[in-house]
Amino acid sequence: MAAPETAPLDPMAPLVARVTRRHHDAPEVFTLELEPEDPGALAPFAPGQFNMLTVFGVGEVPISFSGDPVDQNRLVHTIRAVGPVSGALTELEPGAAVGLRGPFGVGWPMAEAEGKDVVVVAGGLGLAPLRPALYRLFAERERYGKIVLLYGTRSPDDILFRRELEAWRGRLDAEVEVTVDHAMAAWHGNVGVVTTLIPRCSFDPAQTVALVCGPEVMMRFAIAALMDAGVAADDIYLSMERNMKCAVGFCGHCQFGPVFVCRDGPVFPYARLRGLLALKEL
Amino acid sequence: MTFPRKVVREQPTQRGLMGSEKQAILDAEGLQALLTALKARGYRVIGPTLSDQAVIYDDIETLDELPRGWRDEQDGGHYRLVESGEDRFFDFVVGPQSWKKFLHPPQQTLWRARREGEAVTVTPEPAEPERFAFIGVRSCEIHAIAIQDRVLIEGPHADPHYRARRQDNFIVAVNCARAAGTCFCASMNTGPKAESGFDLALTEIDGPEGPLFVAESASAAGEDLLGELPRRPATPEEVAAGTAAVAATARSMGREMPAEDLRDLLLRNLEHPRWEEVAERCLTCANCTMVCPTCFCTSVEDASDLTGQETSRSRRWDSCFTLDYSYIHGGSVRSSTQSRYRQWMTHKLATWHDQFDSSGCVGCGRCITWCPVGIDITEEVRAIRDSERDPVSES
Repeated sequence: MAAPETAPLDPMAPLVARVTRRHHDAPEVFTLELEPEDPGALAPFAPGQFNMLTVFGVGEVPISFSGDPVDQNRLVHTIRAVGPVSGALTELEPGAAVGLRGPFGVGWPMAEAEGKDVVVVAGGLGLAPLRPALYRLFAERERYGKIVLLYGTRSPDDILFRRELEAWRGRLDAEVEVTVDHAMAAWHGNVGVVTTLIPRCSFDPAQTVALVCGPEVMMRFAIAALMDAGVAADDIYLSMERNMKCAVGFCGHCQFGPVFVCRDGPVFPYARLRGLLALKEL
Repeated sequence: MTFPRKVVREQPTQRGLMGSEKQAILDAEGLQALLTALKARGYRVIGPTLSDQAVIYDDIETLDELPRGWRDEQDGGHYRLVESGEDRFFDFVVGPQSWKKFLHPPQQTLWRARREGEAVTVTPEPAEPERFAFIGVRSCEIHAIAIQDRVLIEGPHADPHYRARRQDNFIVAVNCARAAGTCFCASMNTGPKAESGFDLALTEIDGPEGPLFVAESASAAGEDLLGELPRRPATPEEVAAGTAAVAATARSMGREMPAEDLRDLLLRNLEHPRWEEVAERCLTCANCTMVCPTCFCTSVEDASDLTGQETSRSRRWDSCFTLDYSYIHGGSVRSSTQSRYRQWMTHKLATWHDQFDSSGCVGCGRCITWCPVGIDITEEVRAIRDSERDPVSES
């Protein structure tokens, strides 16, 4: 999937957007809805792409789109407060100004997945970059085979997007499983890491595209389980995370072996990263 | 919104004076006339000067500012300037700085934002075109500039600041009549003779009354300028003397890179024990990346006034040797020295080919000279290569 031609004249200068809504999803996780002051200046985003978001005077971080790609006027980003910039972003109130550059990167292979079973494996905040793909899958349900969503978090409190998860679980044309690493007695669902759910699901491995996003260790185990189930390395896609300062291939920070995660990714077919993911500290 | 994928700039033409009868001789007076003519044409003239006991590129107006009569001694972790006792203008090789200091400066403001009431206005820092004339650019450095062009202006996005500083350069190359102890351009196919990418090239030879320069042009601008200078046609003997000097330089490289199969050699040895061994010496000081003429990595810093009304973002050179470089929440991806050295060296010599269709190394030797512990990139490659040949140390 080619990234749309989106670079403004100065690729490093942000546009101004306003926070229109702020929602608390889970401990330290907030979803911001943004509206650019000049909506015409932005190219449409595709599921899996990201924006660079600036808190003026604090800094800039890459954040994936987590909203519905049908609604291109609402730019939705789900952010965990883990550092100075992401922390400041999650504290912004409606009306606050945000700097915005994007959309950047290569997203999920929605076209390649058509006609195939789609297995979505998400860990923790990894559900956020996958949500635009899920919106698309369900909006265009007839284009795809079976849809399987496997989602794991550390605890029940960390589960994101409960409303959507419940709606998708209620569908007869999708298999949705949620699991947590640790739970108290009140939890009646699955317990255990998300990758253990993979062998239990039914899909046609020869006709499956898998979309995987989560911590790197979780993605490595998910790949192993998917390949054990018979899914080809070419058909497993993962979204990588690396330090990014520019998102346009100038700053060098996001290199992962030969690839620039910002420009060549963040979504890659596993076949392209095979051999690299197994190396420590690459 | 579209953006040109390739920068539009004047390509040096090949209608230069290539035949020996077209090669001209400049003396010192001609060289001074060159500097004066460039300044008269509106160029900011930059050349080698003596400063802080090193050859430093800086603004020059007269020949007196050139390090005439000085020579550099270079080796792993060693750089000394000595008086050569010879009357030559360009008897040294490359110093700690490269032309990236001017084309891709260490610090660059990117934009400023101003808040007035609720309104926020972002103003990109204007890209300020500078007409640089670079005097004494070595062949390895011409290759380095071409490599940074590929990274910063010839990819899907273009850096407006680099483009503005790069688009109207006048490059006066100097063919190296001497190699330093850390030079290895001959094995990287990047020198010592400048083959293209310049306007004028000079080869310094000894004349009866002082240094002379065999000059040839490789662009229309170079040919025009040369035509204005006091000069005379070169004799076949003078041309031969220049050619011989450069050929002797190629034979006297202080180092040699085992260049064959280099990319694949490193990529199949990403877990070689040598990375651990070199990490015991490497201080992760980042000197090699700062002096490297092709290293392009940057980080950004935001600033704000006390009220938060005025904010700005600037970028500065960064290095893959810092912990911060690979930091994502939870820690750095490359927390060990060996992983950072491996990143630098395998990027430079291997994955650069995947990204930009060339090596990222031009054989200038700066990373060897300016490494405080004298780590030698050619020696590190050789160690890995030799381990594959020697079954005893194979691991």
